[in-house]
Amino acid sequence: MTEVETTFVKAINDVLATAMRDDERVIVLGEDVAEGGPYGGTAGLAEEFGTERVRNTPISEGAVCGVAIGAAQAGLRPVIEIMYIDFITLALDQLVNQAAKAHFMSGGQLSVPLVLRTQGGAGSRGAAQHSQSLEAWLTHVPGLKVVMPSCAADAAGLLLSAIADPNPVVFVENKSLYFRKEMAPSKAEPIALGRASVLRPGRDVTIVAFSRMVGEALAAAERLADDGIEAEVLDPRTLVPLDLETIVESVRRTRRAVVAHEAVSHSGFGAEVVAQLQIAAFDYLDEPLQRVGAPFTPVPLSPPLEDAYRPGSQEVYRAAVLAAGAAVT
Amino acid sequence: MAQLDSGVAPALLRTMWRIRRFEERVAQLKRTMQVHGLVHLSIGGEGVAAAVCHQLRDDDAMYSGHRAHGHAIAKGAPLGPLMAELMGRVDGLCHGLGGSMHVVDVEHGLFGATGVVGGNIPLALGTALAARMRGSDQATVVFFGDGAVQAGHFSESVNLAALWELPVILVCENNGFAEFTPRSAHTSIELVSDVVSVYGFRRQTVDGSDVPALWAAFAEILDTAREGRGPMLLECLTHRRRGHYEGDAEAYRDQLAEEEWRRRDPVARLQADAIAAGWLDEAAVAAMAEEAADEVEVAVAFARASPFPEPELMEELVYAKAGSEE
Repeated sequence: MTEVETTFVKAINDVLATAMRDDERVIVLGEDVAEGGPYGGTAGLAEEFGTERVRNTPISEGAVCGVAIGAAQAGLRPVIEIMYIDFITLALDQLVNQAAKAHFMSGGQLSVPLVLRTQGGAGSRGAAQHSQSLEAWLTHVPGLKVVMPSCAADAAGLLLSAIADPNPVVFVENKSLYFRKEMAPSKAEPIALGRASVLRPGRDVTIVAFSRMVGEALAAAERLADDGIEAEVLDPRTLVPLDLETIVESVRRTRRAVVAHEAVSHSGFGAEVVAQLQIAAFDYLDEPLQRVGAPFTPVPLSPPLEDAYRPGSQEVYRAAVLAAGAAVT
Repeated sequence: MAQLDSGVAPALLRTMWRIRRFEERVAQLKRTMQVHGLVHLSIGGEGVAAAVCHQLRDDDAMYSGHRAHGHAIAKGAPLGPLMAELMGRVDGLCHGLGGSMHVVDVEHGLFGATGVVGGNIPLALGTALAARMRGSDQATVVFFGDGAVQAGHFSESVNLAALWELPVILVCENNGFAEFTPRSAHTSIELVSDVVSVYGFRRQTVDGSDVPALWAAFAEILDTAREGRGPMLLECLTHRRRGHYEGDAEAYRDQLAEEEWRRRDPVARLQADAIAAGWLDEAAVAAMAEEAADEVEVAVAFARASPFPEPELMEELVYAKAGSEE
């Protein structure tokens, strides 16, 4: 397969255009989407497909999400954009009480093939209401699927699968990843939801990392290798469904694990991974499981404070050294 | 102007009796704990359900709120599976997973009731948008109570429906009560049609016990929706005969005097109109009420004969399988 240079946000944009070309049921809704959105994720779509299919909406996250649910129940394939995940709070009633439960409560009569794209993450001095990582709220709701890609190639393949999925899928992007130059297949192929990718093999410690923290984990693994610790880096890519099998297999082999995400550690999705691991791999563990995440505070504005708040490769490195303590000596 | 005649009126009355007898039976079954969960009855609102739903086709979409039994029956939901749903049985419309507040009957265009007051109003907009994009003349109707009007999703939806000129029909049953408190305790605006007046779309307030008036008003609105134009609001002033839910002690209000209830009872009124017009005689009307009661007993027997669902059903229905939605 030939690869081309792209960016995360360009990959998303290309897949949206492809999906709209291939399937006239696909429509895009959101604030400013016909203008391309603040990051260009929907750039050019209105020009190619018209404003009936690429619809700007008022700042009404709840109603817009509900409109997409009703359209999905009637056979369309809406992709909606919530500009910042911080504003998903306003759409949660629709997502949690309507979209997630429609198939179940109707005894299987209804389905909601809906994709909700949004982006989160700190690092751009957005302060406490434009920087959060709120994915754990969504993973707590049966009926939703939650996807968090870490690179352009995965974003493209996973978005194709999300749009084809008959369920509501929340697609969480991280704004820090949007504009890096990356290589990706010239023609995106679907990547199944629920398959982890092994980005670096290793024997001493498993690092399970999500979204932006995947890059941080790979950087940490380089440093760990200098110390003689071989880290295996896994990216689950989707939180729901979660590829627990790949994670457990790896940890049973390495006997040590770190789970890393940018969200606040407390009640974060890492807690779920750690809980599952202690059930499925307890007898194999040599050291306590470690978590990396943000401290239990809102995201601060002040640059030095935000930099300290935001977990990075240094935190992953330290946690891996703790987890792999015995292996170092 | 569309008028009720000897062809339509008896059919409406039959539906209204089916709703009335169904609801009365549900109240009994709730007291004996055979119907489960929170149950909100629509006695007093039968006229709205019948006048609206009898003009809709199976492929017209309809959404309802927590007081949904009457709408479901009028739209064509079979009584047996509806009763079985309320009783949590596997042969219920939703295999017993939804219950009273979440009835769905896609075959007859009922896309969902909801227990979140007004929560599915935006869904109706989306369904109307899908119909318009398909170039279809399918109408979309959403029923809600006046209590929903003070919720944020109502305001967002009305703005969006007006902005996009969606062919969605908002049917508000204004019974003057939001749960336990009167409308005056929730808002300073008495009529819902006044709440939406600034948007400039068609709105009409009618006596929700006057079935001929409801029929005529909805017929005109439906014609407009079929042409792909909208939105529109039909506000129906009704009387909620029962409490907010079954078991509600109703300490907050005086029972309507019997004489007043007879004046506002939509079933009694339509019956009197039909007899006066010579469409039906006393005997035919009495037979109708009796047949409805018999049908409800058949439904109860159907529901009782149905087993509870197996626990495996829960996990099976959390996610739709690929291809299942086609």
